[in-house]
Amino acid sequence: MLLAALAALLVAFPLFAGSYALSVATLILYFAYTGQAWNVMTGFAGQLSLGHSLYVGVGAYAAGALFYHYGIGPWAGLWIAILLCVLMGAIIGFLAFRFGISGVYFALLTIAFAEFARIGFDHLDWLGGPGGMFLKVAQRDQIDLLNFRGPPVMYYYAMLAFAGGAFALCAWLLRSRAGYYWQAIREDEEAARSLGIDAFRWKMLAVAISSAMTAVSGVFFAFYYNNLFPEQIFSINRSIELILGPVIGGLGTLFGPILGAAVLTLLSDGLTELLAALGWEIPGFKQVFYGVVLLLVVMFLPNGIWPALAKRLGIDDASNR
Amino acid sequence: MTWDLVANVVVAGVLTGLVYGLMALGLSVIFGVVRVVNFAHGEMMTIAMYSAVLIFAALKLDPFLVLLPVAGAFFVFGYVLQTGVINPFITRPEHTQFMLLIAVAIIMTNALLMLFGPEARSVQVDYQLESFELGGVLLDKARLYAASAAVVAAVLLFAFFRFTLTGKSIRACADNYLGARIVGLNVKHLYGLTFGLGAACVAVAGCAMVLLVDVTPSLGPYYTLLAFVIVIVGGLGSMTGALLGGVLIGVSEALAGLFIAPSAKSMFSFGLLILVLLLRPQGLFGKRS
Amino acid sequence: MKSNMGKALLEVSGIDKSFRGLQAVARVSFSVEPGHIVALIGPNGAGKTTCFNMIAGTLAPDRGEVRFDGRRIDGLRPDRICAAGIGRTFQLVKPFGGLSVLDNVTVGALNRDANVVSARRRALGILERLGLADKRRQSAASLTLPDRKRLEVARALATEPRLLLLDEVMAGLRPTETDQMIGFFRKLNEETGLTILLIEHVMRAVMALSREIHVLHHGELIASGSPEEIARHPAVLASYLGEEAP
Repeated sequence: MLLAALAALLVAFPLFAGSYALSVATLILYFAYTGQAWNVMTGFAGQLSLGHSLYVGVGAYAAGALFYHYGIGPWAGLWIAILLCVLMGAIIGFLAFRFGISGVYFALLTIAFAEFARIGFDHLDWLGGPGGMFLKVAQRDQIDLLNFRGPPVMYYYAMLAFAGGAFALCAWLLRSRAGYYWQAIREDEEAARSLGIDAFRWKMLAVAISSAMTAVSGVFFAFYYNNLFPEQIFSINRSIELILGPVIGGLGTLFGPILGAAVLTLLSDGLTELLAALGWEIPGFKQVFYGVVLLLVVMFLPNGIWPALAKRLGIDDASNR
Repeated sequence: MTWDLVANVVVAGVLTGLVYGLMALGLSVIFGVVRVVNFAHGEMMTIAMYSAVLIFAALKLDPFLVLLPVAGAFFVFGYVLQTGVINPFITRPEHTQFMLLIAVAIIMTNALLMLFGPEARSVQVDYQLESFELGGVLLDKARLYAASAAVVAAVLLFAFFRFTLTGKSIRACADNYLGARIVGLNVKHLYGLTFGLGAACVAVAGCAMVLLVDVTPSLGPYYTLLAFVIVIVGGLGSMTGALLGGVLIGVSEALAGLFIAPSAKSMFSFGLLILVLLLRPQGLFGKRS
Repeated sequence: MKSNMGKALLEVSGIDKSFRGLQAVARVSFSVEPGHIVALIGPNGAGKTTCFNMIAGTLAPDRGEVRFDGRRIDGLRPDRICAAGIGRTFQLVKPFGGLSVLDNVTVGALNRDANVVSARRRALGILERLGLADKRRQSAASLTLPDRKRLEVARALATEPRLLLLDEVMAGLRPTETDQMIGFFRKLNEETGLTILLIEHVMRAVMALSREIHVLHHGELIASGSPEEIARHPAVLASYLGEEAP
């Protein structure tokens, strides 16, 4: 099947790819994974989050701080990160859903929390403040799985595992009772309630899963880039960046986040390379490109690229009802 | 911490807040009537500021002198954007509309980055460093003029909606979309006018603001958020709410900057947003929908 | 016309509801016996849907009680009321547009049975009974209005209610479609004993289906009785015609 071929290709990729291609592929997988996590809350359950960088940041700082101050490895730090992110998500979800906040107001609430974190973390010196937190990078040649250190290949396979796992998880969720209930809530919350669905509980579940998954992105980010700045990691640009993949690829679908991440990263990287070859180095060009792609997709393929593509290829996945 | 210092800071906050208020007024009109969530509002403001910078650099004209032509240009731009691009999205699902305007915002911010680079630009006029003294309190001339322009624009807008036929038609559309269409109002055209007016407000606010702060492309998202905070805190659908909300935010920013730290000023605004959303979603002056 | 089938399934006692000073429903009381089909009629604005909303949990009554099978349900959340055994349709249908017809009904079926596979099977069975099985893969948004109405009914039935609230389910249907629906509900009631409370303006359906009719006007209950009694009731005629009947 197509899926098996794709999986085989991804697993074998590092064997013939150069280091630059490998880093691009890792980035694509990172955005595919994070996009998938965001998709659970927004695409499946219909709760628009425009402040998802909050979870990436909290996850990154949680695991990063534990490593920086106490030498605690990322695998233990991961659980603290997930716990903290779920807690944050639960707070936001509880406040919003109990008070009946939805739509654009909910989106603004998520932005407000992310901005709060951005400014707040700037003032937390224990976490490095505005100057940032830098994690010690050990030898890159040997694989030190315990501390998540090693050659780029290790990071690629780790991210591949996460992205694959996220895909499997989301596929399972979509076909489960949760998937049905989330989509019902997304389509018409009042009708969903009349069919016995406790909307509050299921929305909270979506937020919890989404934030937990995104925490993992944060931990990966911390140990891959090894420097964290509040201004950067919590910025609204990051929040927008991670939703571009799923929106362009196909909101609420399984393949959307992956396809979107791949298309965006490959196209933009290609263009940047092209411009560099011509001697032009223009800051902001990549983002304008993203904006234009988003605009075109929204105007002409409002459900994203994947649903249109799937229809052309005659594929029917569960999310393509 | 002397009383004089606090008083000066508060007054400065009020004056700046009035300019914020005008910007928010534009959003209130757009959001309240056309029901478009203009995520590109702050970006439009930033473009207005850059326009003033360019015009000043080229023609040495004070931003206040070019208010009208810039506002006119923005009005046309807003009208075209609404009728040409945004209009079909009004009936579509909410999130599609958001994504459209987010795309527009991304393009605007980064186009500015491409054209002007990340360094700050500003307008330098003679009176920028001068101030009036009124009862021991210093009123910066530039700030006073800016606030005055904002108030005049707001009053004109208010009069338009209250007293002109077109203004009333627009309010009719806002109150009852279907009814307005039945009565024969050209809603698409009126929506275009409304967006144009909102854009014109932003243009005036931008030209005024450029005398108070330096402009960088990253101001776009910041002003968008600020505009939404003000509109929600002040109350959707309330024009006085937008202005007073602007003043409230302006003052709180100024005080937070004074007592905590300059970088913390927005924290208070966001905290206020969260509180208002939870406890009084119709805002301080808004009507319960 | 007292039934001696024992305790009423639904008992509405003295419910009031006002909105910003306007009294929408005032001291309405009626009961629905198990296995009966009962209609709630009245001119527009009489407060019928408000009553429904108070039974279904969308609104809470200002005063009064609603009892289902002896238990008080007034003020409960809509999802708790569905769990208790009351299903409802909406006056303006609310399909899950982005989902397929089968998925719509499956959502309802999952209420009683958390297993997706068996829920889907049951959903398909219900679709077949309502003649929508051949459209099961279509998106709900692409259905015509009569089909959407049937979908709404199917979805509510999938939650296995003991009482089904139908809010103007016949509105907008052509006469042949109305007759089909009438036949469907009659058969459903006869075969399964499902209790039905319906709001309806289409008098043919009201007369054909109902065992009892309650008439609301300006938020008050002005008459109750069998279809024959109601058809001749002077107050009922007056409320609809706005004048004294000859």
